[in-house]
Amino acid sequence: MAHARSHLGRSIAAHAALIAYTVIALFPVFVIVINSFKSRKAIFADPLALPGPGTFDLVGYQTVMKQGDFLLYFQNSMIVTCASLFCVLLFGAMAAFALSEYRFRGNLLMGLYLALGIMIPIRLGTVAILEIMVASGLVNTLTALILVYTAQGLPLSVFILSEFMKSVSDDLKNAGRIDGLSEYAIFFRLVLPLVRPAMATVAVFTMIPIWNDLWFPLILAPAEETKTVTLGAQVFIGQFVTNWNAVLAALSLAILPVLVLYLVFSRQLIRGITAGAVK
Amino acid sequence: MAQGRPVRWHIAVFLAPAVAVYTALMIIPLFGTLAQSLFNLEAGARVFVGLGNFRRLFGEALWSDAFWNALGNNLWFFLIHMLVQNPIGIALAALLSSPKLRMAAVYRTAIFVPTILSFVIVGFVWKLILSPIWGIAPGMLDAVGLKSLFAPWLGKEEYALTALALVSVWQFVGIPMMLIYAALLSIPDEVLEAAEMDGITGWSQFWKIKLPLILPAIGIISILTFVGNFNAFDLIYVAQGALAGPNYATDILGTFLYRTFFGFQLQTGDPYMGSAIAGAMFGIILIGVCLYLFGIQTRLRRYQF
Repeated sequence: MAHARSHLGRSIAAHAALIAYTVIALFPVFVIVINSFKSRKAIFADPLALPGPGTFDLVGYQTVMKQGDFLLYFQNSMIVTCASLFCVLLFGAMAAFALSEYRFRGNLLMGLYLALGIMIPIRLGTVAILEIMVASGLVNTLTALILVYTAQGLPLSVFILSEFMKSVSDDLKNAGRIDGLSEYAIFFRLVLPLVRPAMATVAVFTMIPIWNDLWFPLILAPAEETKTVTLGAQVFIGQFVTNWNAVLAALSLAILPVLVLYLVFSRQLIRGITAGAVK
Repeated sequence: MAQGRPVRWHIAVFLAPAVAVYTALMIIPLFGTLAQSLFNLEAGARVFVGLGNFRRLFGEALWSDAFWNALGNNLWFFLIHMLVQNPIGIALAALLSSPKLRMAAVYRTAIFVPTILSFVIVGFVWKLILSPIWGIAPGMLDAVGLKSLFAPWLGKEEYALTALALVSVWQFVGIPMMLIYAALLSIPDEVLEAAEMDGITGWSQFWKIKLPLILPAIGIISILTFVGNFNAFDLIYVAQGALAGPNYATDILGTFLYRTFFGFQLQTGDPYMGSAIAGAMFGIILIGVCLYLFGIQTRLRRYQF
């Protein structure tokens, strides 16, 4: 009896601690979103109140729609993220297949060479990257960002995918070879479909830092027509610092797409992290 | 010789795109930057100066004051992450991994939300919340009778860096939590059952059985934190601008590199000294990674189940 009660007490304490931290984690987001729907006066009168009939106001969102070109920024971010993701997954899977499937001279060395980028951040090469982009006329193009993010995402993607590809059965691949499939067909038609879950994990890991990056858009593509959402929001907020409605609305609009994506993929993300660590 | 195995072109085809992009945009720029740090302009011409740039960076007051300030701030930034972020992450993971806990998935999802937000959002959200104009932070301290504790933390030299480091901790605590959580889940039940047989339960089970088993995961988190912190830029830039105010109190290596390379206000950009700073950051990160790989990782005992 006493044992059961102490167990109950411990479980209540655990829930209390977790709820407290959940509140800390979500409170700032909550405050921003509720205040973005309030009038300027209400934002200052009672920041923690929900928007009610007297205080509900969309003026912030109207300013954002009129002043900022968020639709264009959003489109740029989508193009950059999707194109880099496609390249990272395709090129990464191809290289991972070569490293995990074939024995050839320099295999281990190539693996280490590609893994170098996991630890050394690509930002340290920014000075030279900018020079390369200037020389090739790619400054202020989305292509520059896509190329850089592909290089940034490849090391981790090769590393994770080659771990997974080692677990694809050799019998299956050899059966394919006996049936006269080329090595390319074996890769695209037999192996790729089998590592799809691992690809989804890599996709989530690659996507978030690309979507959220400020450094490379700021340096390589700061022009109006190539701004990403992250850079656009940063510049917009800088210009409208005193217009609290607009700032709060811009922040809410920047939070929304990532949050939706996260809720859709959260199970995949968590499964990916736990699967990687169990290995 | 000619009768040897045919060249397996498909291996080259599979490797080519990844190796090409990676080499062209990661390896060559990295070494290009390191090479550039050995040059400087003299009378309008690019000349080889050896380690001259580094000598200026470490020794000439004009540069070294800013450099050592940024490095010191960066160390403090890292220390706060190690002392606050990782213990909280481990504690949350330990709570989440208890098998009878309900709603674990909900907590896990919610606590990870800040990690997916961009620095722009995080920086501005906290700037607004801590702002004395809006008054959310002072209002909440007032509600618990601690209003006297409030100060405009981001605007005070002595608090600003710590406040931003804690904001960064708030954002990234989800990563150690998830990795430790995964490590705890991978401990086999038999080990825990055996411990229970011997009467080791609850907290003592955590300290004596689980903690030694998750030490490798804690090592990985430490090195990830190290690389991330010495490469940080965005949060400081968003919250305090490229000048990393007040009075450079929040300047870290990333913002120092940005200001030097691109210039800011009256200062013009200097790609040579910028490269030297990037080279110094490369050295620091390399030393940290090597210390971890050869000094810590090899000494950690790993258990095979």
